[in-house]
Amino acid sequence: MPDPVSSQSVDQRAASVISARGLDLTFQTADGPVQALRDVNLEIGKGEFVSFIGPSGCGKTTFLRVIAALEHPTGGQITVNGMTPDEARKSRAYGYVFQAAGLYPWRTIEKNIKLPLEIMGFDAAEQDRRVKNVLQLVDLEGFGKKFPWQLSGGMQQRASIARALAFDADILLMDEPFGALDEIVRDHLNEQLLQLWARTEKTIGFVTHSIPEAVYLSTKIVVMSPRPGRITDVIESDLPRERPLDIRDTPEFLAIAHRVREGLRAGHAYDD
Amino acid sequence: MSDATVPAMFGPKSAARWVGAVSGAVLPVMAVVAAIVAIWYGGSVMMNRAWTLDQIERRGLEMTAMEIVADAMNQERPVLPTPHQVFAELWDTTVVEPVMRERRGTLQGNPRNLLFHAYHTLWPTILGFGVGTFLGILLAVGIVHSRAMDMSVMPWAIASQTIPILAIAPIIVVVVSNLPALNNAVDQGWISEDTKLLVPKALISSYLSFFPVVVGMVAGLRSPQVSDLDLMRTYSASRGQTFWKLRLPASVPFLFTSLKVSIAAALVGTIVAELPTGARFGLGARLLTGSYYGQTIQIWSALFMAAICAAALVILLGALEKIVLKRMGVRP
Ligand SMILES: Nc1ncnc2c1ncn2[C@@H]1O[C@H](COP(=O)(O)OP(=O)(O)OP(=O)(O)O)[C@@H](O)[C@H]1O
Ligand SMILES: [Mg+2]
Repeated sequence: MPDPVSSQSVDQRAASVISARGLDLTFQTADGPVQALRDVNLEIGKGEFVSFIGPSGCGKTTFLRVIAALEHPTGGQITVNGMTPDEARKSRAYGYVFQAAGLYPWRTIEKNIKLPLEIMGFDAAEQDRRVKNVLQLVDLEGFGKKFPWQLSGGMQQRASIARALAFDADILLMDEPFGALDEIVRDHLNEQLLQLWARTEKTIGFVTHSIPEAVYLSTKIVVMSPRPGRITDVIESDLPRERPLDIRDTPEFLAIAHRVREGLRAGHAYDD
Repeated sequence: MSDATVPAMFGPKSAARWVGAVSGAVLPVMAVVAAIVAIWYGGSVMMNRAWTLDQIERRGLEMTAMEIVADAMNQERPVLPTPHQVFAELWDTTVVEPVMRERRGTLQGNPRNLLFHAYHTLWPTILGFGVGTFLGILLAVGIVHSRAMDMSVMPWAIASQTIPILAIAPIIVVVVSNLPALNNAVDQGWISEDTKLLVPKALISSYLSFFPVVVGMVAGLRSPQVSDLDLMRTYSASRGQTFWKLRLPASVPFLFTSLKVSIAAALVGTIVAELPTGARFGLGARLLTGSYYGQTIQIWSALFMAAICAAALVILLGALEKIVLKRMGVRP
């Protein structure tokens, strides 16, 4: 098992999009400080698909939010495209997909997707063009005029992905986007997400609780452990980029899944 | 992944369901109304009987129990008028009596018609409601966006509502009626004397109606969840954009709820304002003259007209709410 340090040095050859060094984050709560992240070091190269996996409360969401400048670290350094997260956000570096679809109920699907476009000042014709484009990308053509409640949970989640894609950010951050969906829908969306990633060459940060999902999607799997949240293993996947669903039965796939499981277990042992 | 469930909601079955819902609602409503009317008649007879008995004794008349009841139900100045008396009066003063009448060569509103008075009350009510709503929304926007305003305005807004309006209404009326600017406007012929009387009414009406709007709108503008606000942050949206695209639409259902409370308060405000103005027109004036002359039937019919106005305004707002929320895609 290669140690985290050596696998990170491999990444640094690629152009680094997200780079975290010695990142600490402590929340000040009424019950005293809660350390959500401790000494997090990670390099994410351009075009990588990185999954974050770990037990509940290990700081996955927090780390994603730090990248998106929704939280600010209390120690260490993080750069996105060589800028601070705040600067990167102003330059529209990322689209963020929350765990809940979070579509605005008073807007149609189309208008929901237009929300970031309106805010960023795209003209009307360009807005229409992009909406059409991303609706096609997430396989929701014909649903643009519907309101969110008229769509199933999975369709809403795809609409929220379309919204994050609409302004064509280089980095897509997704926090358990398929967490609430059933296995079959999830498989389908995973396939679609991989195709989309292959087509658009975006850098994706993806939080999940599912080992098969992490292994199936990722070029890199970051295993985290709780109290305080830290990275215990970074696994480079050597699976081919072209991944049919049945790749999940191959020995290569199972070997990686096994290593992720070991990493998760090790994190717990350390904790006890 | 089909949307077949959506059109199905508007199928032919919905008509039958609608009828069912109405008859389901009508029966209990009828029962309640019947009970109220019965209690009302009972109360009228009990309270008016004393006068009838008194008359019998003074004039040495002989009356059967049935005749006593009949008399108690049809007195000219009863303590508690009966429903049929009130509705006869309502009918006479709205339908029988002409709305306009010829006076000094011109056609004018007829003060014997209750609709004329309702008009004189409704107009300042709507004006005051409009001003109050506008101010309420403005204050709420300020409160939500500025911590200083949140700390300073809210206590004052609450305090303003603890002052008994009946106590300060005369003060407001006197002060406003003597405003030089207002008198000047009358002298210059810009506004009529009647319009001048409208100002203090609308002012007191807005004073009562702004508060529910402030409370409702503050709650509404703060109703977006953290995740909805975070989404805006990921787009680096400005405060203005967050307001127009998130806070304001999210507050609409809250706004309509408070508007319905607010319009009723505005109506009460106008009527209260009419009491000390010595106003000749308006439902409040009608209440006042009724009580001067012991015209209880007139008082009750004015009260009913006020209730009808309030109900009409609330129903109107409810219809507007339905239309707006439907356009905003609220699930039917
Ligand atoms: N705003 C906050 N204030 C205080 N503590 C917080 C806050 N957000 C997160 N935490 C704490 O930080 C730790 C990490 O939380 P985080 O949400 O990042 O976990 P997670 O790995 O995403 O968990 P899950 O898998 O359940 O979503 C937890 O202990 C949590 O209680
Ligand atoms: Mg989380």
